[in-house]
Amino acid sequence: MYPRAFHYHRAGSLKDAAATLSQLGDDAKLLAGGQSLIPLMKLRFANPAHLIDLNFISGTSYIKDDNGVLRFGPLTRHAELENSAIVSKVPILHDCAAGIADVQVRNRGTIGGSLAEADPSGDWAVVLSTLATQVRCLGKNGERTVDLKDFIHDAYTTALAHDELVSEVAVKIPAKGSGGAYLAFKRAAPVYPTASAAVQLTMDGSVCKEAAIALGCVGLVAIKGNDAEAALRGQAISEKTLSAAAEAASAAADPQDDMRGSADYKRRLVGALVRRAIDIAVRRARGEQVEVSHIYA
Amino acid sequence: MPETVAKIPVKVTVNGKLHSLDVEPRMLLVEFLREQLDLTGTHVGCDTTYCGACTVLLNGAAVKSCTMFAVQADGAEITTVEGMEKDGQLHPIQKAFGDAYGLQCGYCTPGLMLSTMQLLSKNHEPNEKDMRKAIAGNTCRCTGYQNVLKAMRFAAQSMKGA
Repeated sequence: MYPRAFHYHRAGSLKDAAATLSQLGDDAKLLAGGQSLIPLMKLRFANPAHLIDLNFISGTSYIKDDNGVLRFGPLTRHAELENSAIVSKVPILHDCAAGIADVQVRNRGTIGGSLAEADPSGDWAVVLSTLATQVRCLGKNGERTVDLKDFIHDAYTTALAHDELVSEVAVKIPAKGSGGAYLAFKRAAPVYPTASAAVQLTMDGSVCKEAAIALGCVGLVAIKGNDAEAALRGQAISEKTLSAAAEAASAAADPQDDMRGSADYKRRLVGALVRRAIDIAVRRARGEQVEVSHIYA
Repeated sequence: MPETVAKIPVKVTVNGKLHSLDVEPRMLLVEFLREQLDLTGTHVGCDTTYCGACTVLLNGAAVKSCTMFAVQADGAEITTVEGMEKDGQLHPIQKAFGDAYGLQCGYCTPGLMLSTMQLLSKNHEPNEKDMRKAIAGNTCRCTGYQNVLKAMRFAAQSMKGA
């Protein structure tokens, strides 16, 4: 399958890319990892007249621990995040990076591209919304910082102006005593999850002090599990609180029937994932090593 | 849609040989390999970033060549299945796939072998989970994967001393 013909531009710097975007207007798109964009172009759902390739810009792929804040270059590949010792300090980030699609896609796909694409089934937005995450946006008039919660507006729609791009993703490392987990249920590795759940808890002994829960693939954007969080906050984790959180998560989900399953199935599934993710998050908050990868049907 | 699109010069090293060609920007890497260089061992399966039949190594990393434009490979080193054998000798991974009956129709095999190659270049003693994870992006509809995993074990063993 061939995409429609397009003009190819190779950006020399992120600034250069933003300037080219501004000059070419709405018909131009950025090419980062291309693992969502190229399939969309081949199916002709996206038909940009111009592609601006970011892959030849040096210094756009990095992972830094900057005094308790992890800084990721926009073109940092999922595989680089998966194999990073720094990223493994925040297990929920490793869960996400190591579970996206398959080896080949992780070798190309980027964290900046995933957030900027804002696919309703994307993984990064779900996980990062349970942490203190900021997105740096670069345009021709300079850079600004946007909180992730204000960054994604709707499916495929972000706070980025047409001539802006993601220049960095910054994530605060959770304090000691905090633990998290991300679980996605997939029919096979290369496909998008049927549903996913991200849970980050701050524990004080057996009592949950703070909880952040987000649900993926069950709405047009990652859904914040406000009621599920409230069911845990200030409570000892028990069968009763687990069930309350899972039920609240199921109720918060807004899934659609599709080939991955019925809405009712997905609602039940996401509740079960939340329950399991809480269990792993609690164990990790205690300092236990728990290995997690996505669950395949 | 643009009426006329400028072709872009690319220099790509494929299996150790440098190729300089002008390509249309929309040409996919897999078509470049198959149509321009006649390297038809890289297969087109699903053409939708699912099956992994088009897997090649890009600077040593497995990628789906149906999900990358040829212009993006400018300056890169590509390894396809044709580049695995050396001096008429099969690569240990190729030999292992034969010895273990790790293929039936063979359509997915080039992709599976290159995914195996990436794995074994970084991990000389992969466990069962490492192996399953390494080929999770390669679909095989004949073997049921058991003999593929056996082939991967054979290959890891024979390459350990190398």
